[in-house]
Amino acid sequence: MLGIPAALSILLVWVPAFMSAALSLTTWNGVGGFSAAEPVGAENYRQIATNYPPFWPALQHNLIWLGSFLFIATPIGLLLAVLLDKEIRGTRIYQTAIFLPVVLSLALIGFIWQLLYSPEQGLINNLFNADVDWIGDSSINLWSAMVAASWRHVGYVMVIYLAGIKAVDPALREAAAMDGANELQVFRQVVFPSLRTTNVVVLVITIIESLRAFDLVYVLNHGRNGLELLSVLITENIIGEATRIGFGSAIAVILLMVSLGVIIPYLAQALRKDPTS
Amino acid sequence: MEQPTASFPGLDRRSLLKGMGLLGAAAAIPGLAACADTGTATPESKKSAGKASGTVRFGLNANAAVPTAGYDSVFAAFEQKTGIKVRTNKLLYTEQINNYLTAAPDDVLIWNAGYRMRFFAEKQLVSDVTSVWDQVGSNISEAVKQACTAKDGKQYLVPFYNYPWVTYYRKSVFEKRGYAVPKTLDELTTLASQMKRDGLTPIAFADKEGWEAMGTFDILNMRVNGYDFHIQLLDGKESWDDDRVKSTFDTWRRLLPIHQPQALGRTWQEAAQALGQEKAGMYFMGSFAVDQFDDATKEDLDFFPFPEIDSEHGQDAIDAPIDGFMMVKRPDNAAASQSLLEYLASAEAAELYLKTDTNDVATAQNVDTSNYTVLQKKYADVIGSSKNVAQYLDRDTRPDFAAPVVLPAIQDFLKGNGADIDGITRSLQSQAKSIFAS
Repeated sequence: MLGIPAALSILLVWVPAFMSAALSLTTWNGVGGFSAAEPVGAENYRQIATNYPPFWPALQHNLIWLGSFLFIATPIGLLLAVLLDKEIRGTRIYQTAIFLPVVLSLALIGFIWQLLYSPEQGLINNLFNADVDWIGDSSINLWSAMVAASWRHVGYVMVIYLAGIKAVDPALREAAAMDGANELQVFRQVVFPSLRTTNVVVLVITIIESLRAFDLVYVLNHGRNGLELLSVLITENIIGEATRIGFGSAIAVILLMVSLGVIIPYLAQALRKDPTS
Repeated sequence: MEQPTASFPGLDRRSLLKGMGLLGAAAAIPGLAACADTGTATPESKKSAGKASGTVRFGLNANAAVPTAGYDSVFAAFEQKTGIKVRTNKLLYTEQINNYLTAAPDDVLIWNAGYRMRFFAEKQLVSDVTSVWDQVGSNISEAVKQACTAKDGKQYLVPFYNYPWVTYYRKSVFEKRGYAVPKTLDELTTLASQMKRDGLTPIAFADKEGWEAMGTFDILNMRVNGYDFHIQLLDGKESWDDDRVKSTFDTWRRLLPIHQPQALGRTWQEAAQALGQEKAGMYFMGSFAVDQFDDATKEDLDFFPFPEIDSEHGQDAIDAPIDGFMMVKRPDNAAASQSLLEYLASAEAAELYLKTDTNDVATAQNVDTSNYTVLQKKYADVIGSSKNVAQYLDRDTRPDFAAPVVLPAIQDFLKGNGADIDGITRSLQSQAKSIFAS
């Protein structure tokens, strides 16, 4: 039964990935078939590392993106889930409001925040009578983008955790409370440990979301001037008019390595343990 | 770059799909390219314009009302004349031009002159259209012909119209404050100081998407070092860390205080609003910017070509990008494509089209300009009286150099308020060396 999906995955994911890796060792402008690709060894990688100014910032931005999703947005989502689990008054309204951004595409979110961030006509600067260049100032625009991206990510994480928390057997919590545990203790000793499978899902989603980030920065300023991401550089070199396919493939391979480097150790570790323990 | 054709470049479906492409895309493209790679024969002789018939498929690269309505009227007139139908394809293909030309879903397509055309001519993705030029060439100026000619001496583009990059201002503001149009750099800076005292930002300025400030680089480099050096530089024949390039950047650095600050966070449309709302005194932009203003403001607009910086070069060059038509390598209907191209090069087609588009001027010389607006007449004068016509930075150099390299370098320059000119030009040259060598 697993044969067909596995074959499709190999054919549509791994074969192209290996072809990309092969192309990354060539220089090719996409015209004239594979035979026109000239092998250049590791030259593309050398150029990327030493003679391509946007590369190191882009790698750094990807890692910052991953870090802030992991350590800021995801915990906030968990916190909101715990608070909303308490059935406070109007919990449905809060849930809906926080979840709403998740149904919007990141491109649309980019437009919404562009309206908020615009220097002269934007809501934020007009509301607070400020003069901050939210998108144009490269020392802060990554954080402007992170706020917009987190706005969506928090809601996403919240819903998944909320579902996970609801699935925790209430009898466990009652028993803990009877034994005199306070709310924090109940959460740490009882609820969080039973969220193991949810944690795996959330972490994988968080990692994927942050490494494939593209649409938001592309809408904000085409991923330039402080918002460079590896995905943007790949697109700019391969798909745009430029068609430095070998060069772009080399960046793609680097992004693949980063993704695998983050996700394989985590999955290996998380899935080895028996999730029902 | 994305010369705005009234559609926002960020939000079409394809741009977003590109985001999902990532790794897959790298491998998807070769497949496409391989399919269409069967020999490199030139198309059959296209002298048979007389018995052309059938349908021509036409790549419009636009879906907004302004260009499409104009082309519809042109094609209707063409069909009435020749019986040949034109089927338009409204796909936006600028950013997928390689795949588009390889797959060649259309016979004739809209494209730009200059290096941006030569690049694809050299890759043999388009047909030479010298047989069209034989028929229509006498009606087109030599400067335009050069811009449509590739390195092999053949023409690959049939020009339609062009539009200038100039400095706009509001007549009422200049009258009220007693400002005079500056002819030289000194007059410009004096005027700018006066505007500052009057509470105006002298020059509205934006570079959020990155292509906007290329126009400023072009005009400064042409004013400081002349057209020939500018074109040689963009052609990879001069060095970017040459003192002459540094001198251009240095001139720009000294002019930055009279430009609207925080340009990297501002869209060119927002910068246009600054002029419209009389917060800024001038705005250097392509003529498409006029669409940003209401009718009353349009009436009040006037412009002047960028002032002289070095008397050796005066005001003898201008960016006036030419849009025109290319024919794919193997059109399905070569004869009909040929007669369509000949018709498009005629004054009649240009007149019909320009009825709906008042920001451009025809490249056909015998066009009747009596229907031109005041601004259009002046555009034609300014372009006609300019000894050299450049195509814009991203059309005058390699596509794999303009957006990936020059664009971020200019943004770095603006970000640092012109601080690190040596570092920026050194990095530009080292990247130029590696890219132009490939």
